[in-house]
Amino acid sequence: MGYIEGRYGDNILITSVDKIFNWARLSSLWPMTFGLACCAIEMMATGASRFDLDRFGIMFRASPRQSDVMIIAGTVTMKMSSRIVRLYEQMPEPKYVISMGSCATCGGPYWEHGYHVLKGVDKIIPVDVYVPGCPPRPEALIDGLLELREKIRKDTLAKKEDKVSA
Amino acid sequence: MVQGEFVMTIEEIYKKLRKSFGGTILESDLEVLEPVVGIEPQSIAEVSGFLKNEPDLKFTSLMCLSSVDLDEENLQVVYHLHSMDHNHKIILGVIIPKNAAKIPTVSGVWRTANWHEREAFDLMGVEFEGHPDHRRILCPDDWEGHPLRKDYVVQEMYNGLPVPYPKEEDD
Repeated sequence: MGYIEGRYGDNILITSVDKIFNWARLSSLWPMTFGLACCAIEMMATGASRFDLDRFGIMFRASPRQSDVMIIAGTVTMKMSSRIVRLYEQMPEPKYVISMGSCATCGGPYWEHGYHVLKGVDKIIPVDVYVPGCPPRPEALIDGLLELREKIRKDTLAKKEDKVSA
Repeated sequence: MVQGEFVMTIEEIYKKLRKSFGGTILESDLEVLEPVVGIEPQSIAEVSGFLKNEPDLKFTSLMCLSSVDLDEENLQVVYHLHSMDHNHKIILGVIIPKNAAKIPTVSGVWRTANWHEREAFDLMGVEFEGHPDHRRILCPDDWEGHPLRKDYVVQEMYNGLPVPYPKEEDD
């Protein structure tokens, strides 16, 4: 720090591009107001005052075009799957997906006889964080969101290994 | 009118129906706790109109319309009726063959029947003749088969997505 210490005036901060970008992204995750089943009730509870997602800068937005995170909160039916893909494609990059609960992750209790249920939302869109539970309690969803924040913190703008070779 | 003033027992309603419709009202066991009055399929709409409009019957409410997979050959459509005026109830049961599962609609009598019949069509494959909006109500429009039939076999793929849970591969 010796070289740059005391070199610049007030209101100037030195950081790396990665750090500032990741900090900005992880500090204001805006999930889409989008619920599919009973998990959505827990998601609403998580957003409300008792668990208060606002303290993480997480605010629900009513449009996919203003959202960063899609929380798949509930059972994904075959009929809904095409709509979910459309909503995901309407979100601007960078975008993240949390699969909340057993249904979204693997079909949950409908895995065997649920003819109408998609057995895992990761068959149609890429999932960043899986939150287990049926439904997960708000603490679990918050844990999933914090996990997503840590994932974003590790991101980098530099070329990634697998993309270099591709 | 005092509520329940003209309440009729199931025997009285059955007798009245037999008087008006004769053989289309089938022999039914009325001794059980919840008697089901059998009706010939083709006359169900007529009988329903009669039950709704006759002053001392007044079955103004169709509480439920459901379908049952009875056995290898037959389906049953069940109508639960209630009279708000007289506070009496009746259950109608119509048995139709699976290979020609057609029955006249009662959506012209009770508007409630519209969506109930669509559900029975969607999940059990009962066709309601004369229905104003005869589409599936729950499954996607291009879904194959009627899921609540006992002989239903789920399709392998829908829109390029696998429907059954992926089988574990033996390693």
